[in-house]
Amino acid sequence: MAEVLERVTKIIVDRLGVDESQVTLDASFKDDLGADSLDVVELVMELEDEFDMEISDEDAEKISTVGDAVNYINSHK
Amino acid sequence: MNLEGKAALVTGASRGIGREIALDLARQGANVAVNFSGSEAKANEVVDEIKALGREAFAVKCDVSNSSEVADMVKAVIDTFGKLDILVNNAGITKDNLLMRMKEEEWDDVININLKGVFLCTKAVTRQMMKQRQGRIINIASIVGVNGNPGQANYVAAKAGVIGLTKTAAKELASRNITVNAIAPGFITTDMTDKLPEEVKAEMLKQIPLSRFGEPKDIAKAVSFLASDDAAYMTGQTLHIDGGMVM
Repeated sequence: MAEVLERVTKIIVDRLGVDESQVTLDASFKDDLGADSLDVVELVMELEDEFDMEISDEDAEKISTVGDAVNYINSHK
Repeated sequence: MNLEGKAALVTGASRGIGREIALDLARQGANVAVNFSGSEAKANEVVDEIKALGREAFAVKCDVSNSSEVADMVKAVIDTFGKLDILVNNAGITKDNLLMRMKEEEWDDVININLKGVFLCTKAVTRQMMKQRQGRIINIASIVGVNGNPGQANYVAAKAGVIGLTKTAAKELASRNITVNAIAPGFITTDMTDKLPEEVKAEMLKQIPLSRFGEPKDIAKAVSFLASDDAAYMTGQTLHIDGGMVM
């Protein structure tokens, strides 16, 4: 769990240029981390690569917070 | 127009305008995936011509209206070339008929290949181009998509749709340095237009200020330009290449 969060956090920090302290589980990509729709699509793409999984468009649409992403990855690994 | 080392995918590249586009991209230095749906032998001829130019090429069969085939095709291109810089959505068919006589199937077939196919291929390459932070998508529309044409409701609707899709894709992808432009050819001499009756051709000629029909290379040269770094500040546009028919 912690390891997943760590890897997810690194990707978000790199991609969105936010401070690590802002990346909390309940932080919303769009509302709290300044991502636009395309940023979220790209984040999902990077998560797919990082964790070697495929996230369907339907599932990707439900990922709006850092916690959503972490939970998704943990339950689909 | 230096396309040295670029990787391109041209749909419908075995014949006509698509063939010339594939060849010209290769002349400018690009490696080219030659998509075809029916004419494998002709696609292989194009591949051989490109290889003779010293570039890499391979033929890839795919029905562009089928999303899983499109995904496989794009994967094959990326696996082979290691990247994908240029997509030319050129594949298209005609099934002409007067609106009153047009069968639902004729409508669906043309919309599926000529419009849905552009959507599917564009969607499929976007992921790679976004990662690369660089990409060129060039859609072959038609001047009839701007002006309308009796007997081609399906084709015209699809081509007008392609122009709208071009503008939207251009806006969505601009922030990732991917440009999306369309070319609207006028009357270009190909297998597709050879089928037209002589009197129809004579009538069309009267409407062309440059008073001649275009050739596939007239379109291919513009595609190579749009694919190049020289066209970096141009996106969402539709270039009319029609001898001045529609201004």
